[in-house]
Amino acid sequence: MIQVTNLSKTYNGVTVLNIENLEIKKGESFGLVGNNGAGKTTFFSLLLDLIQPSSGKISSNGIQINTSEDWKPFTAAFLDESFLIGYLTPEEYFYFIGELRGQNKADVDALLAKHEDFFNGEILKNKKYLRDLSKGNMKKVGIIAALIGNPEVIILDEPFANLDPTTQIRLKKIIKELADTPEVTILVSSHDLQHTVEVSDRIVTLEKGKIVKDIQTSGETLKELEAFFAI
Amino acid sequence: MFKRFITLEWKSFLRSASLSTNLVLKILMILGGIYFGACFLVLGAASYYLIADYGLQPLETINKYLIYYFFFDLAIRFFLQKTPVMNIKPLLYINIKRKSIVNFALGKTMLSFFNVIHIFFFIPFSIVLLREGFDVAGVLCWFTAMFAIIFFTNFLNILIDKKEVVFYAVAAIFVTLGGLQYFNLFDITQYTGAFFQMIFQTKWMALLPVLLFCALYIVTFRFFRKNLYLDEGLSVKQTIAKTEDLTWLNQFGTLGTFLKNDIKLLKRNKRSRTTVFMSVLFIFYGLLFFTNSIEAYQNPVMQVFAGVFVSGGFLFTFGQFVPSWDSSYYPLLMSQNIQYKEYLNSKWWLMVIATVVSTILASFYLYFGWEIYLLIVVGAIYNIGVNAHLVLLGGAYVKTPIDLSSSKGAFGNKQAFNVKTMLISIPKLVVPMLLYGLGKFFFGFEIGLLLVAVAGIIGFAFRNKMFRIIENVYKKEKYKTIAAYNQKD
Repeated sequence: MIQVTNLSKTYNGVTVLNIENLEIKKGESFGLVGNNGAGKTTFFSLLLDLIQPSSGKISSNGIQINTSEDWKPFTAAFLDESFLIGYLTPEEYFYFIGELRGQNKADVDALLAKHEDFFNGEILKNKKYLRDLSKGNMKKVGIIAALIGNPEVIILDEPFANLDPTTQIRLKKIIKELADTPEVTILVSSHDLQHTVEVSDRIVTLEKGKIVKDIQTSGETLKELEAFFAI
Repeated sequence: MFKRFITLEWKSFLRSASLSTNLVLKILMILGGIYFGACFLVLGAASYYLIADYGLQPLETINKYLIYYFFFDLAIRFFLQKTPVMNIKPLLYINIKRKSIVNFALGKTMLSFFNVIHIFFFIPFSIVLLREGFDVAGVLCWFTAMFAIIFFTNFLNILIDKKEVVFYAVAAIFVTLGGLQYFNLFDITQYTGAFFQMIFQTKWMALLPVLLFCALYIVTFRFFRKNLYLDEGLSVKQTIAKTEDLTWLNQFGTLGTFLKNDIKLLKRNKRSRTTVFMSVLFIFYGLLFFTNSIEAYQNPVMQVFAGVFVSGGFLFTFGQFVPSWDSSYYPLLMSQNIQYKEYLNSKWWLMVIATVVSTILASFYLYFGWEIYLLIVVGAIYNIGVNAHLVLLGGAYVKTPIDLSSSKGAFGNKQAFNVKTMLISIPKLVVPMLLYGLGKFFFGFEIGLLLVAVAGIIGFAFRNKMFRIIENVYKKEKYKTIAAYNQKD
């Protein structure tokens, strides 16, 4: 589904990301771990064509990301708060995204109803604009909005951060369900090794912009990762 | 302690994003400051003799209108002056008395440009008074009273800040007073003028404004001291949100989706509401030209200038910041499947609707004759046909993120200045002025108007072409724009 070739990103002579070759298969649940500054967000921003690669390319479903825009209809993401429109209420925001992705109000309502327990009664009909929500609640809105319109590629940057334990568990359930859907490729980055191991089939570790580990998840993965990071 | 605060402030000033932009801008800002200072200085020195030339009593005349002077001061402060929020949060739990934090924050505002500028008027004026043989003690008392009132306004503005209701109530009172005075029904200046005059004669009256100022300082101090908590004064005010469907816009497809969003953008953010308020003011801008009150504005070519501005207020103030209005969620828009054309179309329609509405509202100019109104209508046609595209094109090069929640910066964003935008904005006003001037000079008034209108219609015919050009600019500048919007100051 996603093919990365000789990708690099350099800022003022400092290479922050350098991936020679990486292939993410369709339907894979892909976890990305690494310390601060390892290049996780840079990689995701490149995947969404928000920044330009210094060299190399990424293709999604055979479409080169930085030359065509045809990957947009089947790709959805939530990286940070700049994906939210502060002056809208959550409902308005969901419908706005829905309309952009060719979904009618009923489709969006059905999706929202499905994730009602994820919202925990704190999002919908709460008479608050997105800008006034807490960080955790903003994140809930962004994550669910990324699911609107049945995207085939879903990119979530640090989805577990700022969430309360209950919501983290619910989010893991949602991601696992998506991972079980063969059409959906899901990419998740996290600092939390245990969460990542639980939801991903494959885990790639970045260090200073380079891939240092690429493992299929098994019973030993968590131990292996913990050993790697415990320096 | 205060010394530390001052170092902090100095650093925050030197390292602020707006100061580190570019040198040209800094120079422009300094020149602007000097210009205003000089204006006030000349005004202060010369107004005594100017008024005397009209055969009026200078001091009495000044005293008479002082009340309006102070009101305008308040109005300007309301829109432009920053509130004294220094970076308080990190100081709260440190070993500093809350009292000193508040005192410093409030004291700082007294040194603001909006107070200092008055020195340039009142000092030369007082010196002239002394030269003309007015009583020294009287002048000193009067001067003290003036500054007490200026500082009073300063703190009044701080207290009413953010409460638009209070400000518009005060504004309404003053407009009513002005109206009553104009129609000779009730003249407030008789009382206030007499009071200011009295300060001169009975010196102790100067104590009154000074006491008022002290009282207000204490009130403000207590207010801030009491509210210096994260969940009170330092919290961000939350409004009760109401979900609006605006379903009637659904019939316009994707255009409707964007229009819905833009309407909410305009309604729910302080910055954009200020823009709408300003575009209403622009409608009245023509009064300066068409009432023949200013000589330099009677030139017919200048009247086209006014014609373009009357209907184009919203177009200019809103359009020049497309796409910056969407800066806080630009990465979202860029990763969605959005056609730039639809996006631009929505902004374009907003500007067209606003221009048409302004033109209709401006129909009161018919009072000055149908020729004047025709000028405005023709200006509107040119605005829709040509200027709407030009501002969008200019906006594409503006990479200043807009903080929607603050109304500051609506009066000319400092960072928005750039050469490309300047060049693009020349034809907005110069071309219609030239066309009209030439037409009128060689053929007559009607042909002049016709030329401007035809230019507008021709411009309209190129709409799709222009949209494609703007789209290409958006695409070409995409990464730079995203990076620039990510930088918050």
